[in-house]
Amino acid sequence: MKLLMGGVCGPGGSKQLETGKWRSSTPVVDQGCCTRCGVCYQFCPDSCISITEQGAQINLFYCKGCMICVHECPKKALRMEDQA
Amino acid sequence: MMTGKVAIMEGSRAVAEAIRACQPDVISAYPISPQTHIVEYLASYVASGKLQSKYIRADSEFSAASILAGASAAGARTYTASSSQGLLLMTEVIFNIASTRLPVVLTTVNRAVSAPITIQPDHQDSMTLRDPGIIQIHVESIQEAYDTHIQAFRIAEDKEIMLPIMVCMDGWILSHSFEVVTMLPDDEISAFVGNFKPEQRLDIKKPLTYGAYADEDRLMEYRYTLMVAQQKAKGKIEEIATEFRQTFGRCSGGLIDSYRCEDADILFMAMGSLVSTIRVVVDEMRNEGHKVGLVKVRSYRPFPTEAIRLSCQNAKAIAVIDKSISINIGGILATEVKSAYYHQPKRPRIISFLAGLGGKEVNRLSLRQMHAQSLQICKQDVWIDEPIFVGLNKDIL
Repeated sequence: MKLLMGGVCGPGGSKQLETGKWRSSTPVVDQGCCTRCGVCYQFCPDSCISITEQGAQINLFYCKGCMICVHECPKKALRMEDQA
Repeated sequence: MMTGKVAIMEGSRAVAEAIRACQPDVISAYPISPQTHIVEYLASYVASGKLQSKYIRADSEFSAASILAGASAAGARTYTASSSQGLLLMTEVIFNIASTRLPVVLTTVNRAVSAPITIQPDHQDSMTLRDPGIIQIHVESIQEAYDTHIQAFRIAEDKEIMLPIMVCMDGWILSHSFEVVTMLPDDEISAFVGNFKPEQRLDIKKPLTYGAYADEDRLMEYRYTLMVAQQKAKGKIEEIATEFRQTFGRCSGGLIDSYRCEDADILFMAMGSLVSTIRVVVDEMRNEGHKVGLVKVRSYRPFPTEAIRLSCQNAKAIAVIDKSISINIGGILATEVKSAYYHQPKRPRIISFLAGLGGKEVNRLSLRQMHAQSLQICKQDVWIDEPIFVGLNKDIL
């Protein structure tokens, strides 16, 4: 994408910003343990967790790997794995 | 033919009159000596209806600059003025304004920087803003300050440039003294300056994000575009000076001004009001048979490397007089002039003089002494790295 003058970008620019690139380790959900309580969803500072029928789903395009979800999960259903 | 009305006028008033005629949409400022008279005049013009600008009093220079960043992004023609600590308080915002390509016009009424606190004039404030990308032009006289502000809006708002511009004038020496000024009719100034028509701006109907985040994939790219814009500004500054001359019949503007340089062995190089003192000394010394000349640097950013090389190529030495200091290196202008010559096969000696710091007097006698020292250095065939402090009182050290 060509740069606009002065660091200006069109609307919705932050949607295209892949903050997932910043991550050095990745949260993994143990769906067997997940009770879909939604605590991780509430605490995620990037709002990149959604709760589905199958359990918590993490959008890795935006997840910065801050580990707050891992820390907050009451069932310890989340763990961090090193990036490949 | 020179057009206009002749008046005896204070420097600050002349600047305020030029700004009034250029009709900025938004003015925001915080008072600081010796800038105060400019913004007082502008506030009174707004209060009396002579000027239709929105005048926003700010709680600090940081706020004033921030207000103008927003106003300029929304498509307003903007103006502010400051000095010394006030300008330094704007610094963070000026980096943003320059990189966001907002053509704010700013007058720096040059004053030394604390500590010790002083209101005396030198160039430390503006020279400290060497790197953000703001255009920096130094003027020698009140007339030149008046003319340069009119050109400043054209340079800054040009669609290929779109950079903030700082017009620097020595505090007190220019801001508070009176000189004969030839004023131009308002309608002719309006016609010359035109309207500000940005190609992009904050608009609810066509949303844009200003101040967006950039990672390692694009920050350097933005810095590169600033380099390109500054380089283009060199041509634009000359072009607008030519148009000004053709329109109003007087020479004012450009990157540098050289005076009696033709066969000069020793050249003085300086910026600001000191240049007019040097002109007198050059005339006196020429009458006495000395081959001496003067190069006035008007545009410090963009730095006129090519023009300096051309005008100084036959000199034996350039005595560069800095009214500011980069601690540990010395003269800032001198350092850049040295850099401009490094790759040249033929280099004059570049002698760095630090003078006028904190308002210390630089007069005809001290200029003659600098000339004599420069001749001596040439005669001894030595190259001196260290700056020479002019008038340093060693008795109190």
